[in-house]
Amino acid sequence: METTVLKYSTTQTFNVVHVLNELHHYLPAQAPLKDFIHHNTLHAFQHYPFFEGIKRASRIFGYQVTLPLSEYRNLYTQGRINTHVLERCIQLEGERDVEKWKKKLCNTSYDTSVQARVGQLRANWKTQYQLDMDALTHPLLFRTLCSYLDQGIAIWPFPRLQEGFLASLKALEKQAYTSFFKSKQARELLLSDDLSIPYLLNLLVGEEALFETYLFDQQFSHQGWSGMVCSVETQPQTLLDTRKISLYDVILFELLLEIDALSTKRKHWIPLGQTLANKTSSFFSEVETTELDKVIRIWQKAFEWSYYDQVLAGIRLGTSTKKSIEQKSFQALLCIDDRECSFRRYLETIDSNCETFGTPGFFAVEFYFQPEGGKFLTKLCPAPVTPKYLIKETAATSKQKKDIHFSRQSNALVRGALMTNVLGFWSGLKLATSVFRPTSGATDASSFKHMVAHSELSIENKDLTHREHDLQIGFTIEEMANRTETLLKSIGLVSHFAPLVYIIGHGSSSVNNPHYSAYDCGACSGRAGSVNARVMAFMLNHPSVRAILEIRGIKIPANTQFMGALHDTTRDEMAFYDLDSLTSVNGESHITHRRVFDKALDKNAKERSRRLVSINTALNAETIHEKIRRRSVSLFEPRPELNHATNALCIVGRRELTKHLFLDRRSFMNSFDYKVDPEGKYLLSILNAAAPVCGGINLEYYFSRVDNQKLGAGTKLPHNVMGLFAVANGIDGDLRPGLPSQMIEVHDPVRLLIIVEHFKEVVLKTIQTNPATYEWFKNEWVNLVSVDPETKALYVFEKEEFVPYLPLTKNLQTLSDLDALLATHENNLPVYLLKK
Amino acid sequence: MITTSINLFILIPLVGYLISLLLPKRNENALSITAFAICGLHLIFSIVFLIVWLVSGHSTLNVFDWIIFKTNDYEFFIDFCYDKVSAVYGLTGSALVFLVIWYSRYYMHREGGYKRFFNTVLFFFLGYNVTVYSGNFETLFIGWEILGISSFLLIAFYRDRFLPVKNAVKVFSIYRLGDVGLLLAMWMSHHLWHQNITFLQLSNKELVHAHLLEHSMIGVAIAVMILITAAAKSAQLPFTSWLPRAMEGPTPSSAIFYGSLSVHLGAFLLLRTFPFWQEQTSVRVLIVLLGLFTSIIATGIARVQSSIKSQIAYASAAQIGIIFIEIALGLEYLALFHFASNAFLRTYQLLVSPSVVSYLIKDQFYNFTPNTSKLYTFIPERWRITFYLLCMKEWHLGDFIRSIYWHPIKYVGRYLHFLTLRTILLFFAPIFAIGVVCKYDNYYLPSSIHSVLPLLFALFGLMMILRSFTERRNPYLSFILVALNHFWIALAISFNESFSSTETVLYLGGVSVSAVVGLLALKRLQECEGQISLSRFNGHVFEHPKIAFLFLLACLGMAGFPITSAFIGEDLIFSHIHEHQLGLAFLVSLSFVIDGLALIRLYARLFMGVHIKTYHENPFRSS
Repeated sequence: METTVLKYSTTQTFNVVHVLNELHHYLPAQAPLKDFIHHNTLHAFQHYPFFEGIKRASRIFGYQVTLPLSEYRNLYTQGRINTHVLERCIQLEGERDVEKWKKKLCNTSYDTSVQARVGQLRANWKTQYQLDMDALTHPLLFRTLCSYLDQGIAIWPFPRLQEGFLASLKALEKQAYTSFFKSKQARELLLSDDLSIPYLLNLLVGEEALFETYLFDQQFSHQGWSGMVCSVETQPQTLLDTRKISLYDVILFELLLEIDALSTKRKHWIPLGQTLANKTSSFFSEVETTELDKVIRIWQKAFEWSYYDQVLAGIRLGTSTKKSIEQKSFQALLCIDDRECSFRRYLETIDSNCETFGTPGFFAVEFYFQPEGGKFLTKLCPAPVTPKYLIKETAATSKQKKDIHFSRQSNALVRGALMTNVLGFWSGLKLATSVFRPTSGATDASSFKHMVAHSELSIENKDLTHREHDLQIGFTIEEMANRTETLLKSIGLVSHFAPLVYIIGHGSSSVNNPHYSAYDCGACSGRAGSVNARVMAFMLNHPSVRAILEIRGIKIPANTQFMGALHDTTRDEMAFYDLDSLTSVNGESHITHRRVFDKALDKNAKERSRRLVSINTALNAETIHEKIRRRSVSLFEPRPELNHATNALCIVGRRELTKHLFLDRRSFMNSFDYKVDPEGKYLLSILNAAAPVCGGINLEYYFSRVDNQKLGAGTKLPHNVMGLFAVANGIDGDLRPGLPSQMIEVHDPVRLLIIVEHFKEVVLKTIQTNPATYEWFKNEWVNLVSVDPETKALYVFEKEEFVPYLPLTKNLQTLSDLDALLATHENNLPVYLLKK
Repeated sequence: MITTSINLFILIPLVGYLISLLLPKRNENALSITAFAICGLHLIFSIVFLIVWLVSGHSTLNVFDWIIFKTNDYEFFIDFCYDKVSAVYGLTGSALVFLVIWYSRYYMHREGGYKRFFNTVLFFFLGYNVTVYSGNFETLFIGWEILGISSFLLIAFYRDRFLPVKNAVKVFSIYRLGDVGLLLAMWMSHHLWHQNITFLQLSNKELVHAHLLEHSMIGVAIAVMILITAAAKSAQLPFTSWLPRAMEGPTPSSAIFYGSLSVHLGAFLLLRTFPFWQEQTSVRVLIVLLGLFTSIIATGIARVQSSIKSQIAYASAAQIGIIFIEIALGLEYLALFHFASNAFLRTYQLLVSPSVVSYLIKDQFYNFTPNTSKLYTFIPERWRITFYLLCMKEWHLGDFIRSIYWHPIKYVGRYLHFLTLRTILLFFAPIFAIGVVCKYDNYYLPSSIHSVLPLLFALFGLMMILRSFTERRNPYLSFILVALNHFWIALAISFNESFSSTETVLYLGGVSVSAVVGLLALKRLQECEGQISLSRFNGHVFEHPKIAFLFLLACLGMAGFPITSAFIGEDLIFSHIHEHQLGLAFLVSLSFVIDGLALIRLYARLFMGVHIKTYHENPFRSS
């Protein structure tokens, strides 16, 4: 491959390497299902300012990138877009005549149809040749790709005679008595030595100026498959049964299929480019800005700030003095995740002596995990990090349950006939029970199965030569101390420890859900956070680690114990680990706390149920909780939970900043104390993670919501699992990356607002340290506000500087009866003040 | 008493369907509870009926309902029967639909088209019951038609996407082929028995034997027609590749209809007509061979499938192949048992198919051994690879069907592009007029010409419909040509023998009403949208669901669906084709096949697929 690429790329204007890189950049970057990690769907446009980027994406690729104009107008009439905010947004655009613009926004009719550049060149197959090229090539292309990449659905696997996709195809073509193609020409081309992309493009398109555009058209006619190929090419370990494949191979094969279709359907044909009058391409040329763009921009900003403004006003309405807790009952460290927002609120209300903290759910320990009997390693830290450590599970004794319905035998012939006859009525019974009495079974993905509760973990490394898979097994004392220090200082927990500190990871449970991994902890690469929680608790309990911490200024009282736990966000259940290591005093108080947790879990389930129509939220919390649990094992439930839907905020600061506010599960919350970190050293690592992780989640929800068809996965109800790595509609369709409609339907597409409690100078200096992080803020793919920790003055980050912000909202309603509100409201709620 | 209550098997779903049509779109609860109650009632009734029937001696029951139309030598009547075959099919269907309805109540929550889904499922359920409890071919055919159209609507449930619509049309076209097999079988059996025979009479061995002795060729021909119909419906060779492509709707509907109920109806047809062909050894051998080849080929294809639903689909087709063999060998009870267990198994497998990711990934995580397929190692590698490739390419079954079915139609149609509204007016209208005059004033026509005329006119009719099917732009032209096809056929038949004026009114009246409604709908659409073209899918249902519904009704009426009198008309037409007029029967039945295709294509192109306007979210063509 290398040589042929070079041969052409040096002499001509069309540069294969360059175009392949461009394609890699623009194609969807979603990994296989088991590694589903949220990211900015339009990451390829992130080097542009947000509105400019989405405009380009829309004009070039034909995506819808905001709500439709009519929906903004509806939101305005419903009062969800605030008039004053709207007016301010008009003024900020530099328009003096506010009334005139309001009229435009509300009444003028615009042509809102979207014309895409992509696909226009290849559309000429239809107009010039009356050929439906996609229909002629896609089915075989998709089937070949799927068979090659398949992870274990097929009983008879693809004969990979050689290493690599194209090499395998060649070997197959050479040996088989039949062919991939119908025409001799395509077959001979595949087997010839000078096979290369420019050579084939020359045959097919002819005009070199059109080559790049043609490839974009071609690859974006099935962006799901092409994107998957790119993912597997760049990170082969994402498939357990690894495959060597490259976009280069796939394009070659596809070009051959197209040549094959042409030669079969037409006796004589000339390259496509030669039939066209216009032989130049303007695929990536500038796009013009219209008045409609401005109208939409104003609406979107007004929509966002109508919500932000309430939150910011709420922050200023809080009392500035911290109510100090004399006798702390317990402290809990939970994930930054927005789903923990309400759970923390309930813990704090039920037990006013407890304290909660938020931090990314891998708890500052990065490692690979190998469960007992596992043949592979699982990465448990944010996706971009590459750990050097391995934690192994031993002394686990539970085995995977089997489900005979997935047995391959039933799809065989004679054995299949026997099995069908035997199994048939058993299936009927199982179907009846799973419809009327859903219970947990072998098929569900449960967060509690991630690690066996009573297993042992190889956390401490006592011998540096102890290595496997080129990884160090466990952490040394020094390495443990560094990580514990980072964790504690970043959340500002350096003194006043409670006797019992819970470290609570999270995960989820669902059944019949190919997207299960999207529901787990994003900071643990789409897995449950139980191992990380246990590992961190172990480190913090370690006497030698505590000794080093004391030298570094963190004194943990001897009677304080840390304990790992797991919160299942779907079932609202918890598991606690290493209970027997507790002292008897702590053991007893744990029993008391356990009741607090249970009550908070019931209440949390109740709060979640307000969005689920099938549950009556007026019922009591325990009954609702039972229904919530049943949902998680119901085959017919496409919404086991709503995951990150409605997320809109990320608060980086002390709990006091927002403890008095009802934020409706819409906020990521990262604890941070500016006093512990006056220079912003820990703030940097918080923002380095929060911007891409929370911003990525937020933007994936945003884009899946505004164009669920092209940027999301569409409804999940007809989805068909392809090769265990992706879903498609039906059997001949393109893969569907992005989120299914069931996950995003209640989401309001607003960008994330990160609120940092620190002096604006420190924040500015911090975000400018890392260019990759700074891009998120500079180009406004996330919004940023800094809150002065002393005066509570607000500064919004605009055009690379902080400018003062005065909320338009003057007062917020105080929430007197949360339960009543929950029972009557299904949609997003405004910000309320909580009753003291 | 018990006999007449068989009608309840039909009435319950019919009432349920009608109620569900009237319920408001937004009221998910009312819709799903109604469907649930109806199916629950049906299930309870099925069980009670079965018990009573078993206790009271389980003899085959027959209920003669009412005569819809009658001439001297022709009787069209509705008839239902109950025996062990209908008992097993009925009960299995009832139980599965009941479970899946409850499943879908939650599964479909908030899905656009919630009501449409439950309407269509109930409609399907109605068709299913009419079919399995039918007592004669005519009644069965009504059920069969309902199944065809409701299948089309379920596969194209996501009508704003390209692939579901394309596949729905594809599956419908295969079904249509089966329908015509059934029509021809009915035509021939009409000449064989000289009456409209019930299945109960068919089980009279002496009677069948006596008739077949005289007309053994007709006997074989009827059996082959039935076999083609059964093979099409049950995804046997060479039709198998439609089955996985029907999996485009929401998973429960795919599970129950294409995984289990719909796809087993071919086997039902064979079980139902078993007494008729059991003495014909050649037919039995043919069925065994067909079943055998299908089960082997489909198993091979199933093994290489890398998507879960297509694997289950092919595995199911392979089992049905075995069921065919069992039926041909006379193992009726085994076949029935096999049907029910296969139906339950595939439904469940499809319903839990999304779980396969977490289950198998986990399995792989703990038990992975790389690529150790020991399949077929006794075959030399070159042949093994060849078989693999053939299986992956589904043995070119799709291409095969295209080359014998679609391509010839398109090929001929392309030569007929001289047919425009102008040429029709200038050339064909006068001929038609002359034809009508000749018919009423025909004493001076030489008999040799007289006998050719029906063929000639039927050929003109076929030309019209072929042209209609291949029209790329003008929907009016395409639609009018379908109507004209019916007129030519009526003219052709009227030359054949006396075709009473009531019959003409029945047939052409139904066609005309549909034509007028359809043209009005088209006109309304054009008023709203300006130029409308068939060159691509337009997706106009997005803005004009009402016009779409009206036009669908018009198309159905025109295609001889049992909602207008044209349905009886079509049946009558066949009754007037003589035994020896194979050519005429062929032309007319071919017209009816393409007629259905042309109309469904017209509807799909105008109203379904990706919407032509881009101001809202639109799916990719490849999804």
